[in-house]
Amino acid sequence: MSGAGAAARRETARRPADSWTRALRERIERTVPPGQALPDRQPVFVSSWIYVFGVLTVASLVVVVATGCVLAVGGVAWWHVSSLGHFVNSLHLWSVELFFGFMVIHLWGKFWMAAWRGGRLLTWVTGVIAFVTSIGTAFTGYLSQSNFDSQWISAEAKDGINAIGVGAWFNVLNPGQMLLWHVVLLPLAIGLITVLHVVLVRRHGVVPPIDARDGE
Amino acid sequence: MSEVATHTPTRPRQTRPGRPHPVATRTPDSHSFATRPYDLVKEFVVALAVVALLTAALAAVFSSPDERSITMSGWAQAAPADVVATATSELAGTSVSATYGAPYNTASEGQKVLGIPLQKWGGVRIPVDSAALVLDPLTRAAADAPTKAALAAWRSAPAGTRTAWATAYGDALAKAPDGNPAAVASGSYGPVPVLAQSFLAVARSGGLEGQLAASGNFYGGDQTRTILLLSDGAYLEDTARAQQLGGDQWGMMNETGNYPGQPWMWLYTFWYQVAPFSTSDNADAQVWGLMMVLTLGLMFLPLIPGLRDVPRLVPVHRLIWRDWYREHPPVRRDRPAPKTGDEPGR
Repeated sequence: MSGAGAAARRETARRPADSWTRALRERIERTVPPGQALPDRQPVFVSSWIYVFGVLTVASLVVVVATGCVLAVGGVAWWHVSSLGHFVNSLHLWSVELFFGFMVIHLWGKFWMAAWRGGRLLTWVTGVIAFVTSIGTAFTGYLSQSNFDSQWISAEAKDGINAIGVGAWFNVLNPGQMLLWHVVLLPLAIGLITVLHVVLVRRHGVVPPIDARDGE
Repeated sequence: MSEVATHTPTRPRQTRPGRPHPVATRTPDSHSFATRPYDLVKEFVVALAVVALLTAALAAVFSSPDERSITMSGWAQAAPADVVATATSELAGTSVSATYGAPYNTASEGQKVLGIPLQKWGGVRIPVDSAALVLDPLTRAAADAPTKAALAAWRSAPAGTRTAWATAYGDALAKAPDGNPAAVASGSYGPVPVLAQSFLAVARSGGLEGQLAASGNFYGGDQTRTILLLSDGAYLEDTARAQQLGGDQWGMMNETGNYPGQPWMWLYTFWYQVAPFSTSDNADAQVWGLMMVLTLGLMFLPLIPGLRDVPRLVPVHRLIWRDWYREHPPVRRDRPAPKTGDEPGR
């Protein structure tokens, strides 16, 4: 009987078998092995500007959320009556435009890379869900502006939402409901999906080039 | 490539520049490739700084649109005949909202897609009485004697008579020059002309602001009835069309002024511009149904044979990984392999 083996058995006996904490830690370690969450090296094939657009998308999301938080401090009508508020609204608008621009380039890049290969289907699916959820979030933002755009867009959009039978639960003519979806529910959804997407990217690593061989 | 290293010490690799290899039929583990230094945190911080600066520059140069909302008073000042015609149509039950169907009323079946009445299935969960859009504000306003008498006459008349009065007055307004109430031919309109004129007066004075939103509550956050009333008139749409915001003007993705709006909604907006959707009574349901199918198609594209093979067939990937392919030129296959390796699980 070796000393190391005895020590391991003592360590096992000391740890409770039903530890939720240990189970969670081991689950996390199985999901993203140690060192893979923030590696300081990448495969040699990661050498293209297209890789930048994923991180640019996340960076834009940070700016979108930050400028939205500043708007929230001032309240719904602040940006109509304050030049500073209007500028913050402009920051919010243009960060959203950049966010979508970068995300669409990122999506096209991943398409041409067939980035779903090698067990990465869920990574692709979460990316598409993030894209669609972002469209909904931006849309509720337009409905929450409390100006002419909001009036017209809501008047037009109600027909589409009502036509599929969900207008009573997602009432685009109710700016109070739309604002809460815009600043709470949908950003929360985007945040969770983005975290899941990034975790999956880190779990599987960057997809190798098409037709590459194992360990080339 | 002096800094290239293997990631997994137990599986040493070395790159073989210039050596052709047969096309792989499965996707290798990315962790099995040689690696090089890559600073993810630095990349993110630089990206954040670039985006923040770019955003600030765009905001400073282009600002953002903020055209004031239409008020009921503004509507009454700018288009009084439209307010009178709209009020009359609400009383007659002929306005768009009065004949809408779910979720506001049961006046119509609503839209269908592939014969499925999704709109009807949603049910009437936000009941809206179109006549009440006119009568409620008049009842709450400090009305003059003629208005009180008109309200009393309206309420005491049978439903068929009310509809006949309002419909006749609506038809007469449509025939009058510019819809001018003062130019309407005489007829059997009951109290409708007085009610419509009183409604215009209340709107013009600002008495309608908040009346329909509040519904007895100090905090009126829900504008459903207000926007339904406003969009039953022509003024809102006329104002929007003047700014290229109409449904057939790509309006769903545009916004006021020369701003990009929501270009990511181009495909959704596109379908409204082309037949059969542009001429269909069920266009909204059909376009939504189509977009749902297309979204699911995009989501599960990796599972669709043919579509998932497009990236392999169109060599954009050779541009993306041109450095890697320069050093690892693939060998052309004589015959197509039974599996391409593009499947998600391979």
